Amino acid sequence: MAAEGPTLSKSVLADVAHEPGAAKPDPIVVASGVRRTFGGLTAVDVEHVEIQRGAITALIGPNGAGKTTFFNLLTGFDRPDAGDWSFNGRSLARVPAYKVSRMGMVRTFQLTKVLAKLTVLENMRVGATQQTGERLWAAMFSFLWADQEAAITERADDLLKRFLLYEKREDFAGELSGGQRKLLEMARALMADPELVMLDEPMAGVNPALKQSLLGHVKSLRAEGRSVLFVEHDMDMVRDISDWVIVMAQGRIIAEGPPDQVMEDSRVIDAYLGAHHDQELTFEAEEQILAEAEAELAPEADADTPTPGSDD
Amino acid sequence: MDIGTILTFTVEQAFGPYAIIYCLAAIGLNVHFGYTGLLNFGQAAFMAVAAYAMASFVATWGLSLWLGIATGLLLTVVLALILGVPTLRLRADYLAIVTIAAAEIIRQTVGSVTLKPTFGGQDGLQSNFVRSFRELSFIHGDIDLGPFHWSANDAWIMFVGWSLVAISCLIVWALMRGPWGRVLKAIREDEDAVRSLGKNVYGYKMQSLMIGGVLGGLGGIMYGLYKNAVIPTDYATDTTFFAFTVLLVGGSARVFGPVLGAVLFWGLLSGLGKFFTEAARHGVMPEWLMSEEQASLVRFVILGLALMLLMIYRPQGILGDRKELAIDGR
Repeated sequence: MAAEGPTLSKSVLADVAHEPGAAKPDPIVVASGVRRTFGGLTAVDVEHVEIQRGAITALIGPNGAGKTTFFNLLTGFDRPDAGDWSFNGRSLARVPAYKVSRMGMVRTFQLTKVLAKLTVLENMRVGATQQTGERLWAAMFSFLWADQEAAITERADDLLKRFLLYEKREDFAGELSGGQRKLLEMARALMADPELVMLDEPMAGVNPALKQSLLGHVKSLRAEGRSVLFVEHDMDMVRDISDWVIVMAQGRIIAEGPPDQVMEDSRVIDAYLGAHHDQELTFEAEEQILAEAEAELAPEADADTPTPGSDD
Repeated sequence: MDIGTILTFTVEQAFGPYAIIYCLAAIGLNVHFGYTGLLNFGQAAFMAVAAYAMASFVATWGLSLWLGIATGLLLTVVLALILGVPTLRLRADYLAIVTIAAAEIIRQTVGSVTLKPTFGGQDGLQSNFVRSFRELSFIHGDIDLGPFHWSANDAWIMFVGWSLVAISCLIVWALMRGPWGRVLKAIREDEDAVRSLGKNVYGYKMQSLMIGGVLGGLGGIMYGLYKNAVIPTDYATDTTFFAFTVLLVGGSARVFGPVLGAVLFWGLLSGLGKFFTEAARHGVMPEWLMSEEQASLVRFVILGLALMLLMIYRPQGILGDRKELAIDGR
């Protein structure tokens, strides 16, 4: 199953047009007209986007492209000024973040948010959903939730073993290294058994050795039948594991497609490197640009020269 | 100057009514601040609301004391709602500002001239409203335990008070060992993370504010019952800060932190006061250093110094875990 996963989702996406806002055969998330402004700055302005179910979709773009803001909007951590977006066909407009999570769309954070003064195991247990013992009245009577707690602990231990954190289960999460925190956060998100896992820069600050195992974990999510949407700057990772790539720049979606094609797309290269990145700056060209600029400035300079007697 | 008298007095006070009052208030703050990370600077408001409801029911309206106590505790829940609805969605510091302001509003309101017929103005309510509480007492004579002496009234207050402390600790322990308490602690660490895991953070904070408020209300009620009076100045901001001191001395997020803190804090404060007063009176303390009137206030200077030293060398409090404090993830 693990082997057929990638090919399966890639073949499903084979017929999808390589253009922004392309319709997917079986979208799990659909967003249209989502806009978020901060004062005069339009951080996100997404016309239409669909995320395929059962695939690994990467969301890339230069710094400040609005990827994380878009993530926050999708998961209910921020509210857009306008737009509709839905998960499994259910609208998420004005749905608070915790309900979005309960619907099966669980996120991680760019700056890892482990619960520092709780042990690794307690971190994992918090992730489990529908706990009887989390209700105030039931909490006081341990016989009401002891069995569930044991089952949760067992599941947490299994995940900790998978994520190579089992030896650390009694340590405070605050004692973990940056990479281990990323692992813990991902494992904790899995405690909620999400349909869609949203990873915000899972590779940031992770050492190369751990990177390989993280990559494996993300792929295994797809093998389990989960959908993954992740924001990432690490192009090797994007190329390696994603079935589909969505590129954002200046709040808009500028390109979509399979990783190899997208990375050759001129719009994408321009967004990352600037439109003139491939023109060599020779001495002659430099001279010419300077001359043009001076020619442009000359008349303005004349006009700006104050004439005696005038007020400005 | 008799050192024995000072020590006896210290112990009597350490387990006496005031220690109980601050202990209950601090147990409430422990739920708020220690476990949930809610910076409630208005614990005195919860105490005042419960105490005034109790006293005014009997003194002003001639109703039952027990009905007054029940209403008082119910009103602390209402107060938690009123404070929490607008502020719990905001950052933690806003709650601190709003609660400290609310406490002052409540104190000024119950002490106002306009409401003097109901709440007694700055003199408060002092007409013997505790009668039905004292009638229940089975302690009819003063208690002498070796060198220690407590009056019958104090002993009855202590019996009821320490029982309430025990029950409160039991409830806090039962709540915090399980999944519910785990969510609260998780919220203290990072509420966005908890939200991302599908927990209604706002709801949990509200529950925490209510439970801690009711516990604070119990403290207020004990205060009123002990003094047989409810006076605005008793519920000023320093009451809240004493309760915070108790919590920090004992160790926050520990079930017995407030208990140990209250015994030490009030014992030390009373003992130091007694020591300086006695020393000044018997001429042990030179007159140029402190007069007899100043002597009882010097204890606050010493207490402040002790607090500073504690915060520098043992910031986690006496029962706290140094390791836990060393990791500050933020």
